[in-house]
Amino acid sequence: MSNEAVLHAHEAAVHQVHGDHHEHHHHETFITKYVFSMDHKMIAKQFLITGMVWAVLGGLMSVLFRIQLGYPDAHFPWLQDILGKWWVQDGRITPQAYYALVTTHGTVLVFFVLTAGLSGTFANFLIPLQVGARDMASPFMNMLSYWFFFTASLVMLSSMFVETGPFSGGWTAYPPLSALGDASPGSKTGMDLWLIAMALFVISSLLGGLNYIATVLNMRTKGMSMTRMPLTIWALFFTAVLGVLSFPVLFSGFILLIFDRNFGTSFYLSDIFVNGVGALPNEGGSAILYQHLFWFLGHPEVYIILLPAMGMVSEILSTNARKPIFGYMAMIGSLFAIAVLAFLVWAHHMFVTGLNPFLGSIFVLLTLLIAVPSAIKVFNWLTTIWRGNIRFTPGMLFAIGFVSLFISGGLTGIWLGNSALDIHLHDTYFVIAHFHIVMGVASMFGMFAGIYHWFPKMYGRYLNNTLAYIHFWVTIAGAYMIFWPMHYEGLAGMPRRYYDYSIWESFKQFADLNRFISTIAIIVFATQLLFLFNFFYSIFKGRKVTQQNPWNSNTLEWTTPIRPGHGNWPGEIPEVHRWAYDYGKDGRDFIPQTEPIGADESHH
Amino acid sequence: MTMFLTIAVIVLVFLVIFQIAKASEYVAVLKGEENSRKQTNKINGFLMIGFLVLGLIGVWYCNDALYKKTLLPLDAASVQGERVDSMLWVTLAVTGLVFIITQILLFYFAYKYQESDKRKVFYFPHNNKLEVLWTVVPAIALTVLVVIGLRNWFYFTGDAPDNAMKIEVTGKQFGWIFRYPGKDGVFGKKYYKVIDPASNSIGLVWKDNAELNLKDDPASHDDIVNEQTMYVVKGKPVKLIIGSRDVIHDVGLSQFRMKMDAVPGIPTTMWFTPKYTTAEMKKITGNENFQYEISCDQMCGNGHYSMKGVIEVVTQEEFDMWMAKQTPYYLQAFPDKDPSKQKADSTTAKPAVANAATMLKAVAKN
Repeated sequence: MSNEAVLHAHEAAVHQVHGDHHEHHHHETFITKYVFSMDHKMIAKQFLITGMVWAVLGGLMSVLFRIQLGYPDAHFPWLQDILGKWWVQDGRITPQAYYALVTTHGTVLVFFVLTAGLSGTFANFLIPLQVGARDMASPFMNMLSYWFFFTASLVMLSSMFVETGPFSGGWTAYPPLSALGDASPGSKTGMDLWLIAMALFVISSLLGGLNYIATVLNMRTKGMSMTRMPLTIWALFFTAVLGVLSFPVLFSGFILLIFDRNFGTSFYLSDIFVNGVGALPNEGGSAILYQHLFWFLGHPEVYIILLPAMGMVSEILSTNARKPIFGYMAMIGSLFAIAVLAFLVWAHHMFVTGLNPFLGSIFVLLTLLIAVPSAIKVFNWLTTIWRGNIRFTPGMLFAIGFVSLFISGGLTGIWLGNSALDIHLHDTYFVIAHFHIVMGVASMFGMFAGIYHWFPKMYGRYLNNTLAYIHFWVTIAGAYMIFWPMHYEGLAGMPRRYYDYSIWESFKQFADLNRFISTIAIIVFATQLLFLFNFFYSIFKGRKVTQQNPWNSNTLEWTTPIRPGHGNWPGEIPEVHRWAYDYGKDGRDFIPQTEPIGADESHH
Repeated sequence: MTMFLTIAVIVLVFLVIFQIAKASEYVAVLKGEENSRKQTNKINGFLMIGFLVLGLIGVWYCNDALYKKTLLPLDAASVQGERVDSMLWVTLAVTGLVFIITQILLFYFAYKYQESDKRKVFYFPHNNKLEVLWTVVPAIALTVLVVIGLRNWFYFTGDAPDNAMKIEVTGKQFGWIFRYPGKDGVFGKKYYKVIDPASNSIGLVWKDNAELNLKDDPASHDDIVNEQTMYVVKGKPVKLIIGSRDVIHDVGLSQFRMKMDAVPGIPTTMWFTPKYTTAEMKKITGNENFQYEISCDQMCGNGHYSMKGVIEVVTQEEFDMWMAKQTPYYLQAFPDKDPSKQKADSTTAKPAVANAATMLKAVAKN
């Protein structure tokens, strides 16, 4: 019995007619359609799939270093057969390989997956569709944005194969460690490639970000005022603004680092004696300067990762609760507040660097201030589902999971943002638990929610629901089982980025726990492979979408044909008459944005 | 072979799950999508409340199993650490309460308001009173936490008491070097370009050097330098002057609840007052092998995980005894200049002991 025959026996009558393409349609070759595409939807898919490839690689890296942490005494000769002698010696992952894995895992997940893969995908896909535009402001720049990202990916990947190994000094790449090849083999060629990849990535981000901003500001359809935009667009807009303002600062930091590495300058270097080499000539630089430049991006980066997830979750919660988002203006206001504060809190990563304590106190205040808009968002989400009529689509499940994780991880931010507590908890597993829950897993959940919700729009087919439910429940339970106990390791002062804890009297009591965490991590990783399989299988074999608006949603993307061509709408772009959240109004399940306000409609 | 078997089992499990998933989709289509959607909606609604209950039990179980392995059941080992702990408990109370309430609301609402044909949704787009409420209440709670936090922060980062003992700590790949100022109470000058890993590990300036424009600093001649183990006195504030010889390290003292980066070129400081000697902590923890460990908490290279130092907290008498046995670093490098050794033939070793005793007094004064 073929899949197609069962799933699509009754749909011949409703099958979408593609014949009447509008004037934008022109002859496309494989190259222009799938490779050097200028269609925002195709570029979104390119970002998504590249991001997924990186997510698998980055996740696999975490599995490998979790194997080391969970089974520090075990020998895995088969790992050596697969990875080779540089990575695995005597059946054990080498310290240098361990640090290279930790570093690359961080870099890749933060930048390539949760920045490019998340906002690259959904800003590209949703902005034109939800504001009512035929494409991005500059499709060509948009295409360049992807190909810069792709090149960055290739360079980063190539660093895995150099003789001295990939960069291994942590994703933050603090100099002097990252500046001195003599201090760590990973800081040799591997670091050069890391810097080139990151520089290309910054360019990609800027090209994309400028495009998103221009599109949101200039290309909204008739009637789509800023305050009628879905919250996804608001969130993606603020994300782009954050990126455009902060990535150049990171870039400048990298430029100075390149100068210090290659041209003998001393921006970050001072008074250094390297074992086996001797005293270096550099004097007068400040290693802390780099940290300021890095975290001036690094902190907004957290919100670059989180805001798109927040926006999509707001949209998905409202749609599937069949109820308007609660406090639309407060949601925009809190997004704005978060975006502004994101620039004013960077030094909370630096409380123990010897930062001026008075300056530190200002950063404590501003950091804890972020909890206020975050609280508003959480309570508004809770009120949104209160007295709704909830449909647990896979997207909805992940959106609820996002809120749960955001609460759990956000609350520990109140601990770490308070400098007097940070003195104790800084750089321990408490921090690992905090940011993985609030930024890593939560944003991943936002991304999954988005994928499940908009997959029908992307590919005209559904993902398999059963697999989706298994994916959700295993992942949320697993995520909590991995990261929740890490708080306790942090409360014992257990430092992060340790290859082996067995020589430490203060930390070795967690060997059993580490084994438990590693085991769960492997299971959760395997479950993600299930999702991946579902994704690629469903692109070709999934149940076909037969309704134009499968979730009964209000937003504009569901007014396009099931498989929209380049230009999105055949004929005129629809006009917008109302906000995106008229669910359950006046006894009607939903009222699309395109429907004019009725004469007897109630006001809110 | 086992590996192939494992892979085969995993692939098989995947296939089974996939077949079930595919079959359930067929069934859904055949039964009518609307019906089966409602059915799975009920299952997921039930799982929501199930997850909440199991999750809260899990939180309790996790706490039960792991709490005793943290530092919290025991008293903090420094005066400052007590304040960290008390602040930690206040923060835990506030955030813990919010955590329990919001998670219960989230999953309970999801369960309670799952789709039902009978329910009419409540059109509730905004309510200013509610929104002001949950802006103001968190703001007040956070203000309290900020005030507590900053009072502690200024205490921790403020000046050390005048009677604090000063010790210089230098991080290097991958170990720690400690320096005591010696009997004059003054740290001699150092310069990184005269570092010699064998005899002058932190670059004390004890020779004229025309090329580097350095003049011999006599204050460096009595400085005591040792590696790996730092001795401090119970009940006496100790101020660490922290630096690094190569990359950024971090002096992490979990039992004392303190931490400070070691940055090349920029000295940092940290002070604390130990409350228990190492011997007392062995009894308190019930662990014969207990050590106050200095963990490097800033990624510093491939040996980062092994960059361990030890702090030995002792009584004043024990400290004096230990100090009396130390030879200044200068004399270790230039044994021929040691006055006690030169006279060793004619007299006994007494001058050396006297020497050490005066030195101890000087250290104690600082």
